[in-house]
Amino acid sequence: MTQLPPPSAKKLGLVIDLDTCVGCHACVISCKGWNTENYGAPLSDQDPYGGDPSGTFLNRVHSFEVQPEEAPAQLIHFPKSCLHCEDAPCVTVCPTGASYKRVEDGIVLVNESDCIGCGLCAWACPYGARELDADAGVMKKCTLCVDRIYNENLPEEDREPACVRTCPAGARHFGDLGDEDSDVSKLVAERGGFDLMPELGTKPVNKYLPPRPKDVATPCAPLETVAEDGQGFAAWLDRALSALPGGKS
Amino acid sequence: MHPAPSVIIFTTFSGLGFGLLFWLGLGVIAPTGFAAFIWFAIAYLCAVGGLLASTFHLGHPERALKAFSQWKTSWLSREGIAAVVTLIVMAIYGAGLVFAATPFAILGWVGALGALATVFTTSMIYTQLKTVPRWHQPTTPLLFLLLSLGGGALLAGQVSLSVVLLIVAAAVQLFAWYTGDKRFAQSGTDMQTATGLGDIGTVRAFEPPHTGTNYLMREFIYVVGRKHAQKLQAIALVLGFIMPIILLLIPFSHIFAALAVLSHVAGVLTLRWLFFAQAEHVVGLYYGQR
Repeated sequence: MTQLPPPSAKKLGLVIDLDTCVGCHACVISCKGWNTENYGAPLSDQDPYGGDPSGTFLNRVHSFEVQPEEAPAQLIHFPKSCLHCEDAPCVTVCPTGASYKRVEDGIVLVNESDCIGCGLCAWACPYGARELDADAGVMKKCTLCVDRIYNENLPEEDREPACVRTCPAGARHFGDLGDEDSDVSKLVAERGGFDLMPELGTKPVNKYLPPRPKDVATPCAPLETVAEDGQGFAAWLDRALSALPGGKS
Repeated sequence: MHPAPSVIIFTTFSGLGFGLLFWLGLGVIAPTGFAAFIWFAIAYLCAVGGLLASTFHLGHPERALKAFSQWKTSWLSREGIAAVVTLIVMAIYGAGLVFAATPFAILGWVGALGALATVFTTSMIYTQLKTVPRWHQPTTPLLFLLLSLGGGALLAGQVSLSVVLLIVAAAVQLFAWYTGDKRFAQSGTDMQTATGLGDIGTVRAFEPPHTGTNYLMREFIYVVGRKHAQKLQAIALVLGFIMPIILLLIPFSHIFAALAVLSHVAGVLTLRWLFFAQAEHVVGLYYGQR
C-alpha cells in the first residue's frame, strides 16, 4: 500500500560525512555492481562505449564549489542517494502500490512487478533519488542493500550497504537513526548532521555531516622581488639580457 | 520538465472531451438519436483518445489496471477511477439519448460531476508536487477546470458560455504565468538548502556526477523551454483565446465555429507544452541547472 506506515521505531539509513569524502566514486561503482547483479532488474546502460553514454545509477557523487567571503574556495564532494524519508512523497503518489515504505525498518522500496513505470514518484522526489531504468521500464532506487544487511549467507562485516562497505575514506556510515544511542545517531549529534531541503517536509532519515571548519588560510601575497640590486652572475645576466633590444629594464 | 507529447496530448484532449461531457451531462445540449451519437462520439474520441495517449509514456502499460488501487493517497489513481466511472455513467446517459431519446437527468448530473472530478484529479497530479513550485499553486487546478469547461462549451457550440469562460480562462492563465515566474524563488528551496553548505559560503555546482546525461537531467531539466517563453505565451493567447472569441462573436457560420475550435486546440496545445517546458524541478539545483 502506498499509505505511509506510522513512523517506525527503527529507522535504517546512512550518515554521509562531507568532510571525509574524497570524491573517488567507489561507492557509485560498488552500488552499481551489487545492484546490477542482485535484487531486481539490473541497472542498465545505454550506449556505454559509444558517443552518448547514459545509464541508471542509484548513487551519484556531485562536486560543489563553496566560496567563503574571506577565504579560498572549497571543493566538496557530495554523494547523493535515496534518503529513505519518513514522509516520503514518492510513496504516496504511486498509483499502483509498487512504491512502499517498510513498517519494520523504514526502508523505501519498489515492488518492481507492480511498477507501471509512470515516473510520478521520480517527479515527487526532490533529491533525484529515483531513476526509471530505460531497459526494464521500472523505477529503480536505493534499497539500502536490503539483500545484504539481513543476509546471513554473508560474513558479518559484509552485512552493510555496498557503498558503506567499499568507501575507502570511511565517509559513509550505516545504522539505526531511530535509536538515539546508536553510533550513527551519536555521530549526527556530535557533528551537527543536517537534512537536505528540510523546507520540503520530507523528513529524510539519511543525514549529512558538514565539512569541519578549515584552518584560516592567509591569502597568498604576491611573491616579493628577491633582489632589486642584485650582484653576481645571475644579476649580470639579467642586466645584460635586459639591455638587448626588446628586453625589459 | 520534459514536455512529453503523450502527456500534452492527454491533458489537452481529455480536458476537452470531459468538458464536452460536462455540458452534455448538464443537459445544456440534449441531442437525441443520431445527432446524440455524433456528439457523444466526439466527446469519447477526445476523452478516451487522451487517456490512451497517456499510457504511451508508461514503462509497463500492460500493468495499467493496478493503477486503480491506490485511491486513498494517489491523485493519479483517483484520476483513473474518476475517468472510468464518468465514462461508464455518461455512456449509459448517452445510450438513453441515442436509443430512447430520453435524458436520464440524474445520471447526466452525476456524469457532469464526474467529468469535473476527472479534470480536477488530473490537475492535482501536477499541483501536488512541491518539487515543481510553478505547478504547486491554486491556479493550476483552476486553469485546468476553466480550460476544460471553456473548450467543452466551444465544442458544444455554446457561443455566449464559451466566450465568457474563455475570457476568464485567459485572465487566469495570464495571472498563472505572472505568478509562476516567481514561484521558484518563493519556494525557499535553493542551492543552500539543497546542499546544506550555505553556512560556509556561496555554493556552485562544480562537477556533475557523470560526463554524460541521465534520466533525471532528461526528465527534469529543460532549459530550451524558457528561451522562447514569451513568444509562445503570446501565440498561445492569440490562438487559444483571442482568435476563438473573435470567430465566435462575428455572425455565426459553421466554418467559423470549426476554425474557432481548431484555433483553440492549437492554443491549448501550445500553452500545455509551455506548462511542462517552463516548469523547473528542484532537483536541477544539484546540477546547477534548472
